[in-house]
Amino acid sequence: MLKQRIIPSLLLKDGRMVKGKNFGNFRDVGDPVTAAKVYNAQKVDELMFLDIRPTAQSREQVREIIQAAACECFMPLTVGGGVRTVEDVRHLLTIGADKVAVNSAAVRTPELIRDAAELFGDQCVVVSVDYRLNQAGQRTVWIDSAMTDTGLDPLEHVKRCVTLGAGEILLTSIDQEGTLEGYDFDYLDEVARAVRVPVIASGGAGRLEDFYRALTTTKVSAVSAASIFHFTDQSPIKARFFLSNSGVNVRV
Amino acid sequence: MIAIVDYGMGNQHSVLNALRYLGVEAEVTADPEKVCRADRVILPGVGAFGAAMENLNRSGLRAAMNEAVLQRGRPFLGICLGMQLVAARGTEKGLFDGLGWIPGEVRLMAPTDPDIKLPHVGWNDIVIERNLPLFQGLKKERAFYFVHSYALCPQDPAHVAATCEYGGSFVAAVYRDNIFATQFHPEKSQKNGLTILENFAEWEGGSC
Repeated sequence: MLKQRIIPSLLLKDGRMVKGKNFGNFRDVGDPVTAAKVYNAQKVDELMFLDIRPTAQSREQVREIIQAAACECFMPLTVGGGVRTVEDVRHLLTIGADKVAVNSAAVRTPELIRDAAELFGDQCVVVSVDYRLNQAGQRTVWIDSAMTDTGLDPLEHVKRCVTLGAGEILLTSIDQEGTLEGYDFDYLDEVARAVRVPVIASGGAGRLEDFYRALTTTKVSAVSAASIFHFTDQSPIKARFFLSNSGVNVRV
Repeated sequence: MIAIVDYGMGNQHSVLNALRYLGVEAEVTADPEKVCRADRVILPGVGAFGAAMENLNRSGLRAAMNEAVLQRGRPFLGICLGMQLVAARGTEKGLFDGLGWIPGEVRLMAPTDPDIKLPHVGWNDIVIERNLPLFQGLKKERAFYFVHSYALCPQDPAHVAATCEYGGSFVAAVYRDNIFATQFHPEKSQKNGLTILENFAEWEGGSC
């Protein structure tokens, strides 16, 4: 039976690993290659590297980070941040990424999803969707590292991306992100039920019970997390044992 | 020397990284001559079946692999799309002839349960159906990383080396003489995957 996945995410800024809250107040949390090696030693299921302030210079730093990680981490690596063209996708796949995450471009140039899926296969196209609640109580998709409100409905956006060829959806609640207060469970479930491709829960995990709840009461296929591993005494190993002992089908 | 066939379809360098880590000599190459002369051949790959076969035909790599694997009997490892390509026929976005080394067809997986997602992405346990030296030394939990929507259905059950469950059983690895191929990604499956790659570097073909 397919196992449910726990995916640490590493947010990159100027070549360092950072972590914030609600997409702001970023703190330096260390060297990403060192962190990747530690996660590899802990036998995590996958790793995700997301460049949150992509620039020409950071592109080079990301290349170095991914190349270094790919020499020692024999697990799937997803890389995202500033991906705009098919050539950007090709570049990341060549330097060691197995999957490429597309966020703002999925709104601005959605045909990128289709083109990349046709060229490289839909399995390597992850569409990353960041959303938050507005004052009217509606969820809308935000892009440009949560700086621009697109006004789009996240579920409609996700469905459209899947039709174009997205192989996986990384769904992040900006409101929950970095709070350690739990995922946006009900909404994750709603989206995961509505699409055929796997949905990865993101934003808010603070306790191992949050992983348990997401993996047992919603239809998500995987949980991603960062703050819980940076700022609490939990680790992927503890998470795996907790979940396995609680009857969740994870790798042990 | 192991030749990792580069035909413009993806993750050759991940395979190279894993072999280097194991201290196994290997080279990523698009040169049919080098593939022809290699001691062992690895065909990795992600992407679509038709485009892959077109690249292999056009580049002369298909003829080179036929010579190395079928005529010279060099051990062959196909990975993911590289496994599907050894089939006689692919059905992804049209009908295409494959390498034809294993009679059978590559079909879209069709899980009956609507809750089951496609692509099949993640770690899943394999069931070993054929005792091969390639499987020796695996951990008790035989989990490997998969990412695919299509699967190879061999005509002859004797060619099935391993199976896996995902909304029904599908073939996770095939075997025939000096040909071995996995739907999962050994180069992305941590210790278990490295064990298979290490075994392949020593394998001379044949079962236990």
